[in-house]
Amino acid sequence: MPSAAPARRPAGTLYRGREGMWSWVAHRVTGVLVFFFLLVHVLDTALVRVSPEAYNQVIDTYKNPVMNVMEVGLVGAVLYHALNGLRIIAIDFWERGPRYQRQMLWTVVAVWVVVMVPGTYFMLERTISEMLGSV
Amino acid sequence: MTSTASEPRDSDLLAAPNSPRKSFTPRGRANREMIAWVFMRVSGMFLVVLVLGHLLIMNILDGGVHRINFGFVAGRWSNPFWQVWDLAMLWLAMLHGTNGLRVVIADYASRPQTRFWLTMLLYVASALVIVTGTLVIFTFDPTMS
Repeated sequence: MPSAAPARRPAGTLYRGREGMWSWVAHRVTGVLVFFFLLVHVLDTALVRVSPEAYNQVIDTYKNPVMNVMEVGLVGAVLYHALNGLRIIAIDFWERGPRYQRQMLWTVVAVWVVVMVPGTYFMLERTISEMLGSV
Repeated sequence: MTSTASEPRDSDLLAAPNSPRKSFTPRGRANREMIAWVFMRVSGMFLVVLVLGHLLIMNILDGGVHRINFGFVAGRWSNPFWQVWDLAMLWLAMLHGTNGLRVVIADYASRPQTRFWLTMLLYVASALVIVTGTLVIFTFDPTMS
């Protein structure tokens, strides 16, 4: 909305530099990574049509400690992509979205940390206790 | 995007702001891009619920990934609610991701031939995965041994 305020220089794009740009880069990177995992994941789930043994065998690979840590990374990537996606929707559709995009990114980061701390604990709890138990 | 390279590029052909619409982009294609843009936001809002719910149940609650096996899947898919959930998630996530990768390919593959074949590869792979996943949900047999 144009206002009666004195003419200002165009604000440019929020996608150039600082929070606006790096959040976009991270959105792309996490999006591409999650997509490739999704392709693999639909196919590994499709093994339920081959045999229970085939499915259980591939799911067991998701339970080893290295994969378990990568699952934390996957959940972190999806969670960032989801939260930042909501921020993008707010920037595009909420009239004050572009003005608050920076604050919204730091809100995304804060929510991400608050969810990931307990989330990581629950995801790794069993793996860590088994590793400590076997020492 | 600014271009400092000396040779002309497609991006130098951008019209000046506010000039009348006259079409390097055919109208039909511009419209499809807008539909894709809206789809990313609408599907994204559904996927926030579907995918984060899926990850919460499968990876975090009640032992997470360690309790998943054939029997666990059979139990979930005996309920039509989770079949519909998974079907909606499959289609929306695959279309959302495919469109995202289409845009990424268009941004970085500068040779038209490379872009065309990468995009075709993407479409074929996506179609195969969507069809496979859909068949699996509809033809799952919990008594299989």
